Amino acid sequence: MIDPKFIGHQLPSTLFEVEKGRLRFFAKAIGETRPEYLDEAAAKAAGFRNLPVPPTFLMGVDLDAGIMFTLLEELGIPIGNILHGEQSFTYHAQAYAGDVLKVESRISDIYSKKGGALDFIVKDSMITDQNGVKVMETRSVIVARNPKEHSA
Amino acid sequence: MSLPTFDQVKVGDELPALELPRITRTTLALFAGASGDHNPVHIDLDFAKSAGMPDVFAHGMLPMAYLGRFLTHWAPQPQLRHFSVRFLAITPIGAKLSCGGKVVEKFERNGQTLVKLEIGVVDDNGDVKLSGDALVELK
Repeated sequence: MIDPKFIGHQLPSTLFEVEKGRLRFFAKAIGETRPEYLDEAAAKAAGFRNLPVPPTFLMGVDLDAGIMFTLLEELGIPIGNILHGEQSFTYHAQAYAGDVLKVESRISDIYSKKGGALDFIVKDSMITDQNGVKVMETRSVIVARNPKEHSA
Repeated sequence: MSLPTFDQVKVGDELPALELPRITRTTLALFAGASGDHNPVHIDLDFAKSAGMPDVFAHGMLPMAYLGRFLTHWAPQPQLRHFSVRFLAITPIGAKLSCGGKVVEKFERNGQTLVKLEIGVVDDNGDVKLSGDALVELK
């Protein structure tokens, strides 16, 4: 069982600059071919102010900054034992290439199931842009498998 | 493509499905780099085996990203208000996925006309990998 003292734990806030090349790479990786996600002129013609950040892209921000991996080390969870349980995004404003986004995350809950075989970590994040505008809120539920406790 | 409107959309309407190519090791390598999720369990067979898995498997966020394509193809992305999923099963190498969904509710809230969608990702055996819902504002 993960120490419940981590409930309420604030993760270091991080800044993330949305790069055009990274958005194009992400589009390629998910098979996105619509021009408004790849080409600035097409994005502007579609009414966007730059290449739009796709709906799930910002999930990577905590990972990029190494924050999730550091957290797992602090919690004593081997990275090979984690699974993604749930993910949600609530959108307030569209983000674009060139934005510098601030991500603030906290651990809002920790609980166990199946007699300790599975631990659940709930992480809530707020993402705002360079003007202080709220872009989105995200919630991740990470599941940690504990093979030893399961067989015991 | 004609955009859906609040008046024209009905509860029970199905969204056009999105069929994806089979998941390959290359798919996962590209997604690891592009998404920022470098967990080796998705890209390094030796590591996956040492973690007790028979093979590498897809990041949960990959099929969720496919669902994002599916949703924003139906209605422009700035109209997407909420998007959530539960990850129900691991997606192995070779899986052939498709995204689907339907309208389950229409309502007004704070002056916005919204539709709730039930959405999911299944493989070609009909196994559900992700299931969730989305709220989209329609004019």
